[in-house]
Amino acid sequence: MGERGAVAEGLRAYRLIAGMWMRSTLTYRASFALAVCGGVLVTGLDFVSILLMFSRVDVLGGYSLAEVAFLYGLSATSFGIADLAIGSAGRLGTRVRDGTLDTLLVRPAPVLAQVAADRFALRRVARITQGALVLGWALVASDIVWTPVKVLMVPGMLVCGGMIFAAVFVVGAAFQFVAQDASEVQNAFTYGGQTLLQYPPTVFGKELVRGVTFMLPLAFVNWVPAAYVLGRPYPLGGVPGWAAFAPPLVAVVCCAAAGLAWRTGLRSYRSTGS
Amino acid sequence: MYVAVAAGGFRRYATYRAATAAGVFTNTVFGLILVYTYLALWDVKPHLGGYDQAQAVTFVWLGQALYATLAIQGGGFETEFMERIRTGEVAIDLYRPADLQVWWLANDLGRAVFQLLGRGVIPFTFGALVFPTALPHDVGTWLAFLVAVALAMVVSFGIRYLVALTGFWLMDGTGALQALMITGIFCSGMTLPLNAFPGTLGEVVRVLPWAAQVQVPADVLMGQADPLPAFAFQAVWAVVLLAAGRLLQTAAARRVVVQGG
Repeated sequence: MGERGAVAEGLRAYRLIAGMWMRSTLTYRASFALAVCGGVLVTGLDFVSILLMFSRVDVLGGYSLAEVAFLYGLSATSFGIADLAIGSAGRLGTRVRDGTLDTLLVRPAPVLAQVAADRFALRRVARITQGALVLGWALVASDIVWTPVKVLMVPGMLVCGGMIFAAVFVVGAAFQFVAQDASEVQNAFTYGGQTLLQYPPTVFGKELVRGVTFMLPLAFVNWVPAAYVLGRPYPLGGVPGWAAFAPPLVAVVCCAAAGLAWRTGLRSYRSTGS
Repeated sequence: MYVAVAAGGFRRYATYRAATAAGVFTNTVFGLILVYTYLALWDVKPHLGGYDQAQAVTFVWLGQALYATLAIQGGGFETEFMERIRTGEVAIDLYRPADLQVWWLANDLGRAVFQLLGRGVIPFTFGALVFPTALPHDVGTWLAFLVAVALAMVVSFGIRYLVALTGFWLMDGTGALQALMITGIFCSGMTLPLNAFPGTLGEVVRVLPWAAQVQVPADVLMGQADPLPAFAFQAVWAVVLLAAGRLLQTAAARRVVVQGG
């Protein structure tokens, strides 16, 4: 079986498992609707805290509220996409600890697909909804000078951002093969990364911006391309203008690296034996 | 006996060393992000809420240090307690020769003390070493701060005990826990110091019990509040919440008996 066959098989397994969980979720529709509404409220809290800040100031790091909302909407929506698609992989550590991962290993479907679709939580559309609402408002409220290229870039950023965050999720899951009950480290990069990107890069120290631009390239989720859309210089020297169009490339490289990390992690797995 | 329960709560969390280290890392990362945003905010508006920049930075690291200690977003005894209510195992607890409320309080205090030492001290020390902070030099203020933190632990327990008891009526605790998350993050000052909240909203959040959790200990430590009135504010809320919990527990216990017989 070739590489392509494995991917197709993985996607098929993912669709079947996720579909099963979705049907089970939708059995209790009222409960599901409540969970989504609650989720929109909870995830909206960090935007409320940004609103609170802007109730006392007009600019933060030189960015207006509409511009920060643009960054926020991009970050929250693409994170939401990754969280919905693959967020369940974050619980891998639990499966390694209690030994239930073994049952996944003997099934004739790729483990990553099984882990990612495991308990597929449709209620996570809450974050996408909330992020998209803020993004929609930002697009209306900000005075961006739109060009066809910029218009195309917005959905592109969401897709590439989702892929970059998904790669972080997979690397985090792979790390849990080694450090079983350290899933919080993953939170620092996933939730922490999302929180970081909600604010303008001008707010943070140069070292931190350099780190998330060149080492862990989260900046390509929104900071770098958004700087182009907003018509602002990126606060780091050495980042060329064409970098704004690099997200697809960065996303592909991130996913490849994540796949490699996952394989290494899976290969190092030793069952608990229980 | 309750001391033993508290020690048990302490030891239980002490077992998970990797989880604790991971928590320290996460709190440090979030602290870093918040510090930079606060610095940008205080840059535009110096002395916002009566704090200078160093005080704002101190507030961030205190919040991170107390986040797990006070179970601001939940994550303490309440999940387990609610599960026992849902399954009915709580009926067994009620027959035990120990007071239900005091038993869980002891258990949660043990957990809180561990989280303070295990997850609180390191991020706080990191923050104080790397950024300019406003920390007192006299032992008395530090002792007063510790008293305020201890009272905050009781207030935090009081709130979560009430939330957990709703399980007797609601059965499914998802909504209650979600409400706990929202109020905890928002009203205890984890997003923004309560004294920087605008207008009436600010006045309201500063008298709610959540203010006793991060805001009051922070103000005691940084000399923004006199210790005695601060303790009184916390103690009043602690007593009110514990009494309300006691009342609700009595009503709930009666309910268990009705269901059982």
